[in-house]
Amino acid sequence: MAKIPVQFRLNGSDRAAFVDAPETLLNTLRRGLGDFAPKYGCGQGACGVCTVLIDGEPHLSCLTLSVACEGKRIETASGMADGPDLHPLQAQFMEHFAAQCGFCTPGMLTVARALLDRNPNPTRDEVIEAISGNICRCTGYEPIVAAILAAAGSPGMRRSEGGRHA
Amino acid sequence: MLDVRHCATLAEAAGIVSGDRQAVLLGGGTLVMRDVNEGRLTEGTLLRVTDPVFRRIEAGGGRIELGAGVTMGMILANRDLAFLHAAARAIGGPAVRNMASVGGNLFAASPYGDFTVALLALDAQVVVQAGFGSGRAVPLEEFLAARERSGPALVTAVQFSRPSNPGEFHFRKISRVRPKGISVLSIAAHLPQSGGRMAQVRVAYGAMAPTPIRARGVERALEGKSLDAGAIQMAKQAALEGCRPATDAIASEWYRREVLPVHLGRLLAGDGR
Amino acid sequence: MLEMRKDLFADERDDNLNVIGKGLQRQDMPGHVTGLTRYFDDHAFEGLLHLKVVRSPHASARIRSIDVAAAARAPGVRRVLRAADVPVNRNTLLSLIGFGKDDEPSLAVDKVHYKGEPVVAIIADSEAQALAAKKLVRIDYEPMPAVFDVEEALKPGAPVVNETYSANYFEYHERFDHQKLRFGDVERALASADMVLEHRYQMSPIEHAPTETNGSIAAPEQNGRFVVHSCAQGLFFALGTAAKIVALESNRLHFIGGTVGGGFGGKVDSLTEPLAVLGAMVTGKPVRFVLDREEEMLYGSPRGAERIYIKDGLMRDGRLIARHIRSYFDAGAYTRLSSYAAIKCTAHLPGPYWIPNVASDVHVAYTNRCPSTAMRGFGITAVDFALEVQMDRLAEAAQMDPMEFRLLNAYRDGDMKPHRRKASNTALIECVQVAAEKANWPISEQGKRQSSLTGGGVGERGQIPATVLDARGQIGRPETRNSGPTQTLPAGSSRIAPSKQPVMEGARDGRAAPAQVPRYEAARPAAAPLSPPPYQPAPSPYQPVTGQQPPPYQPPPAPPATAAPVQTQHGAVRFSSVFGRRR
Repeated sequence: MAKIPVQFRLNGSDRAAFVDAPETLLNTLRRGLGDFAPKYGCGQGACGVCTVLIDGEPHLSCLTLSVACEGKRIETASGMADGPDLHPLQAQFMEHFAAQCGFCTPGMLTVARALLDRNPNPTRDEVIEAISGNICRCTGYEPIVAAILAAAGSPGMRRSEGGRHA
Repeated sequence: MLDVRHCATLAEAAGIVSGDRQAVLLGGGTLVMRDVNEGRLTEGTLLRVTDPVFRRIEAGGGRIELGAGVTMGMILANRDLAFLHAAARAIGGPAVRNMASVGGNLFAASPYGDFTVALLALDAQVVVQAGFGSGRAVPLEEFLAARERSGPALVTAVQFSRPSNPGEFHFRKISRVRPKGISVLSIAAHLPQSGGRMAQVRVAYGAMAPTPIRARGVERALEGKSLDAGAIQMAKQAALEGCRPATDAIASEWYRREVLPVHLGRLLAGDGR
Repeated sequence: MLEMRKDLFADERDDNLNVIGKGLQRQDMPGHVTGLTRYFDDHAFEGLLHLKVVRSPHASARIRSIDVAAAARAPGVRRVLRAADVPVNRNTLLSLIGFGKDDEPSLAVDKVHYKGEPVVAIIADSEAQALAAKKLVRIDYEPMPAVFDVEEALKPGAPVVNETYSANYFEYHERFDHQKLRFGDVERALASADMVLEHRYQMSPIEHAPTETNGSIAAPEQNGRFVVHSCAQGLFFALGTAAKIVALESNRLHFIGGTVGGGFGGKVDSLTEPLAVLGAMVTGKPVRFVLDREEEMLYGSPRGAERIYIKDGLMRDGRLIARHIRSYFDAGAYTRLSSYAAIKCTAHLPGPYWIPNVASDVHVAYTNRCPSTAMRGFGITAVDFALEVQMDRLAEAAQMDPMEFRLLNAYRDGDMKPHRRKASNTALIECVQVAAEKANWPISEQGKRQSSLTGGGVGERGQIPATVLDARGQIGRPETRNSGPTQTLPAGSSRIAPSKQPVMEGARDGRAAPAQVPRYEAARPAAAPLSPPPYQPAPSPYQPVTGQQPPPYQPPPAPPATAAPVQTQHGAVRFSSVFGRRR
């Protein structure tokens, strides 16, 4: 079956890919464009490790058709740092030991980023709600919640591109 | 192999659904794409509807219409729909809510489909379009009863009346994981009061039968009564009427039957969980 | 948050440490937070192929026929693999250390033994094509009786789960049907106890559910080698297993891994590596084999379920004088690591308590369920749950506070364990004290004054009691496990006396003698009085059994009249259930 061209912004750059009609955004990002930050965890929307921002809002890339992303702004954890400068969330995840195996970390950072874009000073309950679609099997979540709360309101916060345009 | 078709109008999508048994409407993707990823759906056509009507919310007046493609996230962003926020927030995490649609929730197998439970307690109607032409409104309860054997048709919207007092509409999802887990069960109740007595009571359950169901025994027990301890006791005694819960990974049939009256009693009494 | 307690065991700790007690950034953390950490699946390959397996829908069935013709012709399919394509299609994980018989095929041959067992592998250009082709494989099954209960499986006439072990139990050293522990005389102690409590505990299988599912990518490298990106927790274990199954010299496999997206024990089984390597060998292309979530949950091996019976003898003052444990470990259809789980379980019994009379029988039973494997303290965690629930029940029966009850019965340094080893670094007393303090749980002043460093090994606490034997002078014969004890091992006798070579048991029952199976010291004809352990002079040097008859059994000399102190076991030859002995 013929491949279909699709173009979107990925972490601030214009990218294009040829995809199969039913191909998921997760596969296009990973196998087509080499962005391995979003992971495959369940393929059914239960774990959140494939989470990316589409126009600033968290979406599950394993359940999203690439052909539905034409012209959208896609952002992943790969695009959070500005060169060597880490995003405050990344710095606080390091500081708080908010990762062990690290597999859930890109997805956690992504939903946390969407939260802080919209709500720069969330409560603990709002943080917990924001990460409630993301499973971490190592940390027990507390270090992640602490890291997000610590990052909230810190200087140097950069909004996502989609968040700025939303 | 699977193909994808983009439909600019609902009529176009309805026409394809009626003519092609292998065509599947793709809403938010949380049900259909799982089947694609796990190899259960390998042939046919996925239909994407880009018609703005499919994602339109009309909530300004007393009669509310939600396009089938409206997401839980869109409901949560709409202040006119505040009485539905508890039910919309019960669906998944933020990413799922940005994708999962009202129409898709009508097809979610037990123990999923919590938003439909809320719609059932609102006496919602489902707008179904078969082939080109206009849609036909079907009572939700009737729609759910025929869900598995219904012919090829497209759900385009749901309609319901706004509760005159939003404080009389209640929703609870009981899960074992905080803050978010799959339903042990869910309960929605619309308890309109008139002169201190309840009238037109609607109570619905999720995960207590193969589809969301009305709790007719509870409705009868509460109808015409004032919401006091005696009425709540009667409602709890009638709570299990018509229930056929399953044993699944979340809870056993026994457990669901044991805890339903407890949670119903707490909801009616306005107690915390 | 972490708290360093300096008041406990202060003289056992060196405070001049560079890492312990200090905050240190993990070396892999920058990669994790930037998304740059490369897991096995985060590698790009030109021409990557995808492998999916067709699994058995039956728990037990004979395979009448397999038709892969339509699947092989399906779009994008490069190759279909069947059992005959696997060079060494029978393996057991611990065969790499010479333990257990090969019992598990990579692809089922003529029978399937659990729901989800791989039967056919399909390699295609895309995952979607492999999934579509799976539906075209036609397998004709003849369902057979299945058994799902560990005790039912061990009954005569139960359906045979695994032909390699036709009695449905793992055979230790090709002769023993379970792991056995005997210390003192449990039956007599139970008869003299003020109270006897017996309870049954049933654990469920538990899935590790790592966020990264099991998987690997194998690709041809230059010079006839293959590079394998693997999720394995034990990378070289996976390498050895894959090399054996695909019949390659291990130096032709280049395994890269160690970065695991959660394992918890569920990534030691080499579930994907052998077929991925085989796929790369037969196609000459990179092949990726990743379990989807449903496969991971249903067919990635779980922590095995256990059924545990505990029978305890309790005195009114709270002293625990006897503990008998009968446990059944559910291996599922194949061994994997369950044989080791039972050994760990036995080594852990009777829990962290000094009990003068202990007996345990831990069985590994095969059932038509998904094979179970390692998971965080497997063999121990489940029995610990049972033991601690039992301890609470015992405390209630003795009308004691559960914390005080544990303080009373806890091991102290120097206590003799049923395995004939002295307990050291026990620390349970201190753990209970700190836990009570943190939980604001009131314990008595006397309880607060207890220490694991004092009172251990005093009197009988430090001695090996007289231990009863069965009619054959042994404690571990399957055919006698229901008969009563007839003999008593003298007090102080150890399975292998300190600084003494094992006495090897020879061929019996018409079967070939296995290598290196130590047996108990000889029983004295009459029950020996409680006395300090006798010193045993070293007998003739150890003679390996090499097929011919071993020297006839010689009773050891009578114990000397005067007692000698128990020798330290450091440096002595010790018994290992896996290897027979170790240094």
